[in-house]
Amino acid sequence: MILTFPHLGNAYIIVKALLDDFDAEYVIPPFNNNKTLEIGSKYCSEAQCLPFKLFVGNMLQAKELGADAMLITGGCGPCKLGYFGEMLKKTASDIGINMELITLEVPDQGFGELATRVKKVSGTSNYINIARVANSAKKVAIHIDNLEKLARVKRARQLEIGSVDKIYRAFQNDILNIKGSKNVLQLIKQTENELNKVLLIENARPLKVGFVGEIFTTIEPYANFELEKMLGNMGVEITRKVTLSQWILNDMLRKGLHLPKDVSHEKAAKAYLGKIVGGHTHHTIGNSVIHAKDGYDGIIHLYPLGCMPEIVSQAILPAVEEDYQIPIMTIIRDEMTGEAGFTTRVEAFVDLLKKRREEHTDGQNKLLYGY
Amino acid sequence: MIKVGIPRGLYFYKYSTLWETFFKGLGAEVVISDKTNKNIMIDGANTCVSEACLPIKVYFGHVMNLVGKVDLIFTPRFTSISKNQYICPEIGGVPDMIKNSIKILPKIIDTEINLRKSYKNSWLAALRIGEFITGDKEKIRNAYKDALCAYQCERQVLKSGVLLDEFRQDSTQLRIIQKRSTKLTVAVIGHCYTVYDSFTNMELIKKLRGYGIGVVTLDMLDYFESKEKCKELDKMLFWDYGTRAYGGVVQLIESGEIDGILALTSFGCGVDSFVDELVEKKIRQESDIPFMKLVLDEHSAEAGFCTRIEAFVDMIIRRQTHDTNISTSR
Repeated sequence: MILTFPHLGNAYIIVKALLDDFDAEYVIPPFNNNKTLEIGSKYCSEAQCLPFKLFVGNMLQAKELGADAMLITGGCGPCKLGYFGEMLKKTASDIGINMELITLEVPDQGFGELATRVKKVSGTSNYINIARVANSAKKVAIHIDNLEKLARVKRARQLEIGSVDKIYRAFQNDILNIKGSKNVLQLIKQTENELNKVLLIENARPLKVGFVGEIFTTIEPYANFELEKMLGNMGVEITRKVTLSQWILNDMLRKGLHLPKDVSHEKAAKAYLGKIVGGHTHHTIGNSVIHAKDGYDGIIHLYPLGCMPEIVSQAILPAVEEDYQIPIMTIIRDEMTGEAGFTTRVEAFVDLLKKRREEHTDGQNKLLYGY
Repeated sequence: MIKVGIPRGLYFYKYSTLWETFFKGLGAEVVISDKTNKNIMIDGANTCVSEACLPIKVYFGHVMNLVGKVDLIFTPRFTSISKNQYICPEIGGVPDMIKNSIKILPKIIDTEINLRKSYKNSWLAALRIGEFITGDKEKIRNAYKDALCAYQCERQVLKSGVLLDEFRQDSTQLRIIQKRSTKLTVAVIGHCYTVYDSFTNMELIKKLRGYGIGVVTLDMLDYFESKEKCKELDKMLFWDYGTRAYGGVVQLIESGEIDGILALTSFGCGVDSFVDELVEKKIRQESDIPFMKLVLDEHSAEAGFCTRIEAFVDMIIRRQTHDTNISTSR
């Protein structure tokens, strides 16, 4: 059995470390590109959301590389993600390819079924071993997110534009050639050291922008046209609170095991949102409020067309915008979104933020407010 | 007397009797917003974010229609209406969307209704809603019992094949419902708020009746049987509507008495994007029942809509008369 998995930002590094430690056979599908989306859109109905189309594209491109089983996460929330496994299965059988879907969740049939699924991946039923490997994967997840965070901070302050990207790209190339979580952690450490050596502008005070929205589009660089890089190279520091490690730790492990979890975003969102709506609505609203309180210059909200929970966020965000006087821009991504149009909107937004900050520092009234 | 306003949208089409009986039992005056019309739809579409689906926009319009007329607006926060299942997240967030989008609002009742864990939560929700109007717990209990009874009666009648508005127009005592003597029957599957709102669906049901076609909706099918039929899926659908639609379609296919299936959906409906896909595949694979999907949004033109229905009906009739020469349905 040759495993594969869909792309979600740097998730491939975590899964790669996990599967290497299990000695499982796997292929990494090509990174998301226009071709992937084209394939996905071809086999999906138009109403399906962007992440699902990309998942289908990943599945087919991995099939070409010889994969015959796909690893995905599940859930049973009101968001569509919980049913992706089933739909991918149906889509695969419609297209006529043979692909087994392994959904890592507690299924209707109970924990026994989950154990058999885990065994398919791990190839062993030694639970101590599985727990150890899972733990090191968790460690990789945390370190990867820290590295990303560091890169974002450095990028906004770099003296020479592109110097951070160079190191980061080298990291992404090298990571494919090494095996096992130990080596991955070592490489991350090494890259961190290199990033710390990047020459920075002294006394830089970059604009600070919070990045909120649906988890897939915010994390996957293809889905957001590498927004983090784009803004970073414009000299804007971008912060994204919803990260892979936070998702794995907080929303999957702690929630699943009923351990106390981080609820700061839920508390912050309380004034605007009562009960759970599913998806990342609580994160979107809560983190926007937190960013606003932290004195950020603006917030960018991104979600794919047809994402039900984020429509609720979009309707609530103007209230946050007004209460905290912080400009918020909502961008909706679908397969028809052009990169140039996207860039123009982001650039215009950054210009607005710049003028707005100047106005605060010079005390002159130069433009209308952002809402 | 406290005036309680109920917007005529979303789950009103399912629970209208329950809610009205309950609030009347508490001694409140019930005001229901006008039937959906063009102004309501435009008002709603202008207030709501443009990405929301049509029923949500219409609901916004209904809420605005009530502003100024009532003391309390009843917009419950639905999380789940059946065990282990959710409803659409947009409906779950609708009270928050309303609170943050409409500036001038009377007090709203946004008690959470969550029957995911236990059906007993329905009584707890009723208690909390009742406290908005009266402090008398006994009164709430009686009103709740009456409401439940009325609701169950209505459901029984609906199952025998009458439509909601027909049932309500009939002010005389319940007549004995005879099975309609139509030659053809078409199932209309869709959320209750698109199927029963005759303005948003451009009087689809009346039009079908006009062609002499009997209509079956999901409310006429047994829910528990639907749930049982859904077990054939590897993973149960976790949306209430999904279970009803998929299980309902399996029931319809097995009964073999249906001449066509129409799926009514609104543009951007996330649940439907998965459920309709599953349903369509099921119908195409396991039967030769004609299937058509109708997508609604606030720009839908009635002429185009009529043409599609006409063509569909013609096709069904032709299949009956020229049954040796059936066009391929797949």
